[in-house]
Formats: sequence, C-alpha cells, structure tokens
Amino acid sequence: MPGYCAVLLQLNLLDYFSFCFQWATLRMERGAKEKNQHLYKPYSNGIIAKEPVSLEQEIQEMRRGGAEPEFDMSDIFYFCRRGVESIVDDEVTKRFTAEELESWNLLTRSNYNFHHISTRLTALWGVGVLIRYGILLPLRVTLAFTGVGLLVVLTSVVGLFPNGRIKNYLSDKVHLMCYRICVRALTAIITYHDSENKPKNGGICVANHTSPIDVIILASDGCYAMVGQVHGGLMGVIQRAMVKACPHIWFERSEVKDRHLVAKRLSDHVADESKLPILIFPEGTCINNTSVMMFKKGSFEIGCKVYPVAIKYDPRFGDAFWNSSKFGMVNYLLHMMSSWAIVCSVWYLPPMSRMEGEDAVQFANRVKAAIARKGGLADLLWDGGLKRGKVKEVFKEEQQKLYSKVLVGSSEDRSRS
Amino acid sequence: MGSTSSTLLKIPNAEVLMQETGFSPAHIIRLHDRFKALDKEGRGYLCPQDFGAIKELAMNPIGDRIIGAFFSPGKETVDFSTFVKILAHFRPVDKDRPKEPNSPEPINSRSNKLKFAFQLYDQDKDGKISRDELLKVLRAMLGMQVTEEQLESIADRTIQEADLDRDEAISFEEFRKSLEKVNIDHKMSIRFLR
Repeated sequence: MPGYCAVLLQLNLLDYFSFCFQWATLRMERGAKEKNQHLYKPYSNGIIAKEPVSLEQEIQEMRRGGAEPEFDMSDIFYFCRRGVESIVDDEVTKRFTAEELESWNLLTRSNYNFHHISTRLTALWGVGVLIRYGILLPLRVTLAFTGVGLLVVLTSVVGLFPNGRIKNYLSDKVHLMCYRICVRALTAIITYHDSENKPKNGGICVANHTSPIDVIILASDGCYAMVGQVHGGLMGVIQRAMVKACPHIWFERSEVKDRHLVAKRLSDHVADESKLPILIFPEGTCINNTSVMMFKKGSFEIGCKVYPVAIKYDPRFGDAFWNSSKFGMVNYLLHMMSSWAIVCSVWYLPPMSRMEGEDAVQFANRVKAAIARKGGLADLLWDGGLKRGKVKEVFKEEQQKLYSKVLVGSSEDRSRS
Repeated sequence: MGSTSSTLLKIPNAEVLMQETGFSPAHIIRLHDRFKALDKEGRGYLCPQDFGAIKELAMNPIGDRIIGAFFSPGKETVDFSTFVKILAHFRPVDKDRPKEPNSPEPINSRSNKLKFAFQLYDQDKDGKISRDELLKVLRAMLGMQVTEEQLESIADRTIQEADLDRDEAISFEEFRKSLEKVNIDHKMSIRFLR
C-alpha cells in the first residue's frame, strides 16, 4: 500500500513537471512571436530529405532510357550528391550527441533560445536552480556516498563468511540494498516491465548502453555478476570489495586484448549454475538512447541463453546520455544529480538462444533488433566503435561492388558484339 | 524578411550569406549547428580530418575528392562562409527567380553545378579532364572490381564520345555538351527542409 502511494505521488510529480515544461515552451514561443522571429525548433528528423534511392535505380534513371548501361560522366553525380548529403546530415554523428528535445525542461544545458525567456520564465528557472542545487544535489550526494560506502563495507563483511547458501543470500541482499540507495541518490524513477523474464543463473544478460547508470538501474532489481576492467582508485576499491562477496569478472588491462581468454572466463562462469547471470553491454560504448548500434559478437559466441533487456530513458526530466568525449565522469555525475529526475523504463525480453545454422553475428543482430523494437529505438547497422574509430574499408568496397555490377555486366555484352 | 533573430546575429556575415546563397535564416542556423558539430574542437574552422570523421563520407568512393572540393588550392581550412557557399551549389534551382541582366549567376545555377562536378574529375585544375584523370576517377568508383583493361576501355570510349575537338581530353564545354540531356537540377540537388 505505501509503495503504491509512493508511485502515485511520484507520477503526479512528473505530470506536474511535464505541465511546467510545456508551459515554459509555450511562453518562449509567444515571446518569439511577439518579437516577430522564428523560434529555433530543433527538428528531430534532420535538415534535408534524403531520398532512399538505391545506386542501381539511380544509374538506370540516368541512362536516358533505352541505351544499355555503360559508364557515363554523370554517374559521378550520384556519389557526389550522397557525399554532400552526408556532410550536411549523417546518421551516425547525431547518435553521439544528446537527443534534442521539443520542449524545454528548465535545464540550461538543453536550451537554445535564451533570448526568448521572459521575466516570469526566468523566475521559474531561478527557483528551479535553487531547488536543484540547493536541496536536491546535497541530499543526493549524501545518499550516493552512503550507498557506495555501505557497499564497500558490507561486501567485505559478507566476504568473511564461508562459501555457501548463507553467503550468497547475504551477498544478494547487500548488493540490492546498496544499489537501491544509489537509485534514490539519482532519483531514478524506474518502471520494470515483464519481470517474469528476469535473467537467471547460467545465462548472460545483454542490454543497450546509454550511461554507466544502466548498471545501477539493472542491478537494483536483480543480482548480476559484473564484467569489466580492473580500475585503480575508488573504482578499484569498490571492485575488490564486491568480488569478496560474490564472483564478479574483472579483467586486467592486458587480458582484455586476449579474446580467447575473455571468452573462456565468461563460459566458465556461465557453466557454473550457482553463479549469477553475467551483465554485458555489447555495444561497447555509450549511445545517446535514440538507437541501438552494432553488438560486438563476443558475448554471443559463448553458446548459453541470452536474456535481452531494453532500457529507454525519458529525456524530458534529465538526459542520462554520457558523452564521454565532452564530459568526464565526475562532471557527468554532477549533471545527473542536479537534474530533476532520471526516468526510465526497463523491459525484460524473453530469453533467446542461438539457432541452428545461425552464426554469432546473425544471433547478435537478432537480439539487437528485438531490443530496439521493444525500447522504441532505431536499429542501426553501424558500429558503436565508429565514435572513435575509422570506417572499415569493407564499406567502401561494397559501394564499389554495387557500381561495378551495373557497369561491367554491360561492357561484357559490348565486347561480344 | 523583417528583424533578424538574435541567434542569427551570432553567425558572422549571416545577411550577406543569405543574399549570396539563397538559404533561408532557418537553413543558415541549421548549417551553423552542423558546422559546429563537425568542428569538434571548436576552432571556428574545419580541416580535412573533420570531414574524414563523417563515416558515410569515408565510405563514399569519391569521398576525398568531395572533401577536396571544399578547400581552395593552398588553403588548409574551411570557414563557415566557404562551407555554406559550397553547400549552396546543391540547392535546387530557383525556377521563378527573375533574370536580372547585371546580377551574378546564382551559386546553384545549372552551370555552376556542372562546374562543381567537373572539378571532381579535373583534379589538377587545368580546365581539361585528361585520360589519366578519368582513369583515376574510374578506379576510385570501381575499386578492385574491374581489371585495368576494362577501365582503360571504358575511359577510351568515354573520351571518344565526348571529345569533339580531338585533343584527347574533355574540356568543360565538351563536358557540358555531353550532359545536356541530363536533369542536372534533380541529380545535383539536395532537398533542404523548411
């Protein structure tokens, strides 16, 4: 009953916030109209209309009908236009910047129309700042320190117990409690759907990745074995403490490069039914939560049950995306803790296994498609590694192959005549 | 147009740019945002690596030539003005613009679009597409998918058909003539949304 009331209360709070944000946007629109200007509305669907015409279609069209396809000086137009279109607007770059919102949520960081703010709106914003930085932030930071502190201390204590059922039980309770404190520290309002599909021992849980907070969100609702690189400093302390209570998989930096070693440790863990399900984010990097990028196939080669999970954040109350090239971790956490709230939905999808004749890559894509569909995210073929790396030559070759097919087929006919 | 919005004021020479290119204020703002997004280090100009970071451009067979088109000979950087002016080539032709006898030709005229495409072929900018330059473009667009002989035969055939003054090279006029039936406006235009 109390939990129910809490949820009701929280819902109403969010609705109130929504109302405020809509009002703020309307005021800005009115302000803009009064000054006879256009409100800059970020379009979420791009600035140009890209025609989804394929290379073959385009080339056929350009052959002024009739004549058999052979090279024409105008063929370059297709590539030229596509190239310039991508300069103006490309699918990948915009996935790595925070999502643009239709209405302003009273956070300066997402406002493009400063000059349209009236006095009343500025006052409201000022009140918002006071509340967020004066009340919410200190509260949350205290909670965060409490949560992390308790995690380190209690897991070390649990580590003193002999291995057995009691230890596992205590470890689960300790982990859950500390993660839930951290969730409160972020004021994360999470809705879990389809909990009957929650990951079980001997499986791997895969989810789309938007921020380091994903871990806290999932781990506060279930117990997982974490996977990651060994860090120094505070992270290292936490990692060492956690592993005392139950087996997590931490890799040394050097071990990460050795794919066989990684695969072996993961499969060994999974084979042991008493160990918790492993939590992995196959995209390999943080994406801005409007799409799901290519999953690295490593986790899908292990051959056990995969439990997909979709996480979708509601950006209206606080943008959870971590743009690691723009902000460091501390900066990011401060942003998180000074937003209104982190609102997200988690969907547990039914478990999937690799089918006969399916290779790891196809399996990974199948899982990715399921997650994208459930979370309402765009399913992209692009590699999250493209955030920092170079495009593989293979993609360029694909284009060349397509074009040559259109031409060479015909020049063969020619040589015959 | 009335009063210019203050976001537009942040952009240098916005009025002049709109005049010269025909982009609307909304377009200029969007393009400025795009410019800033590509200029990751916030230096105020772009260099070839910034373009190279666009994945879809990197996989385009003539990607580097397109990038090269943005940089005038000798210059290593592109400022916002130049960026917009080059992109203006791809605006659809303004059909109902009155032809004033003394005004300069608009950047997105059919002729200028053709000139842009011509320079993608003519890398040494001598005003002619030599057999060699043609071969290079063909190699870029076809990669390893065809043999050297096939490439050469395609190049020879193309020059034979287009080269009217028999100088073994294709001048801009010959280029224009060979494409007179092609709907350049459609093929070399990008639809900018409102």
